[in-house]
Amino acid sequence: MKIDWAALGSVFGVSLVVTVALVALFTLGVAGLSRRERALAQGDSAALAVTGAYACFTACAAAVGYGIYLIMA
Amino acid sequence: MESFSLILAIVVVTALAFDFTNGFHDTANAMATTISTGALKPKIAVAMSAVLNLVGAFLSVEVANTISKGLVDETGIRPEVIFAALVGAILWNLLTWLIGLPSSSSHALMGGLIGATVASAGVDAVHGDVFVTNILIPAIAAPVVAGIAALLATRLSYSLGSLGKKADGKAAAKGYRAGQIASAGLVSLAHGTNDAQKTMGIITLALVAGDAIAPGSNPPTWVILSAGVAIALGTYLGGWRIIRTMGKGLTDLQPQQGFAAQTSAATVILASSHIGFSLSTTHSVSGAVMGAGLGRKGGVVRWSTATRMFVAWGLTLPAAALVGAVAEWVTGFGNWGTALVAVFLVASSAAIWRRSRHEVVDHTNVNDTSVSDTTQEPPGVVTTAIAAVTPPPAGTVTDELSATLPAPAPASEPAPSQATL
Repeated sequence: MKIDWAALGSVFGVSLVVTVALVALFTLGVAGLSRRERALAQGDSAALAVTGAYACFTACAAAVGYGIYLIMA
Repeated sequence: MESFSLILAIVVVTALAFDFTNGFHDTANAMATTISTGALKPKIAVAMSAVLNLVGAFLSVEVANTISKGLVDETGIRPEVIFAALVGAILWNLLTWLIGLPSSSSHALMGGLIGATVASAGVDAVHGDVFVTNILIPAIAAPVVAGIAALLATRLSYSLGSLGKKADGKAAAKGYRAGQIASAGLVSLAHGTNDAQKTMGIITLALVAGDAIAPGSNPPTWVILSAGVAIALGTYLGGWRIIRTMGKGLTDLQPQQGFAAQTSAATVILASSHIGFSLSTTHSVSGAVMGAGLGRKGGVVRWSTATRMFVAWGLTLPAAALVGAVAEWVTGFGNWGTALVAVFLVASSAAIWRRSRHEVVDHTNVNDTSVSDTTQEPPGVVTTAIAAVTPPPAGTVTDELSATLPAPAPASEPAPSQATL
């Protein structure tokens, strides 16, 4: 009986890194949008925060797209 | 379809019934966190999950092939063996649903298959190494990996929040809502490809065993179609009892945690299926939910519920195997034996369903917390589980039928159970 520790390890590593990265990105994105919300409430704009937020969301969307690609493959 | 015998038809119908139970048993995996955090209305959540399950069923036949071509020696298998396996799996699924515990439908199926195969062809017909590497190891690893990932992600998400990058207000609520929906969608899609395919694999295995198609064939189109529809219908029905346990019973989730849990589960499911493990969606999601619960400061995991769930996981395979083995033994008596098992299945499904009417859980009260933890005592649940799932080794087979039914459900009754579709 041969247990494929390498595969198991890579599942572990990949899952950990991807999950943490995605959640971090998404949290930053949400934080950016919140900042805009607050800025708008005070009459400012927060262009940098919004751009950053959308960059984060784009990266997340790309990850979801890759996920769908993996499901289909 | 030449040589499509009666037993084969019965097997196909039973397999679709299993697929249906699989659907409503596993709705919780994709949608429990989404429903409990209020990201989606319950009905909308299950509808979305159903559609994505259906879509997922058409995307690939990879998993179906590992089942129909790997785990057991297909040359020695008769359709009755598969029928017996499905009986074990369906009953276990219904029973765990009744007590509201998430457990792995795949393990139930594998257990049933292993038990029936052993009863029919002996221990040698089960490929032990495939079993350990593809089922046992991932089953233990999945919740651990998903749990740790969700825990770290939740921690990070909260600490980023406290570092001045405040994520609150309407924008944040909307954001986490969208994020949860996206990751729950991915889980649903992955569930469709994984679990609908398990049924396809089983039907294909039965067709091979009944000489209706050649060994090593891919699943025929009508098999893919009907399996997809069955799992989608089951998902839409919604296993509200299990959704409640997973979404509210294990821990209290805030939107951020729900997002972290669901993302972690989706990632683990995709990563592992990409690497070729047959893994339980249920175990990953439960692990992720608990991890997310522990990740928040002041978050609690209700270990009594978790323990009950772990016990159910441990019992799943042997219990389904036992029922599968007994069912296989009874079908060995010939056609009337098979008929008897079929009647037994319908009658006990009806009994379980009737039992569930005593305390209805549906989309209206799925988020009520007051009932979930205190109503059931752990040992009681386990004992009931064992008592109800194990047909007693009665001397004559007719005795077995009347002796095992927990509620007065005469065998002659048509019993319009939801599980027999």
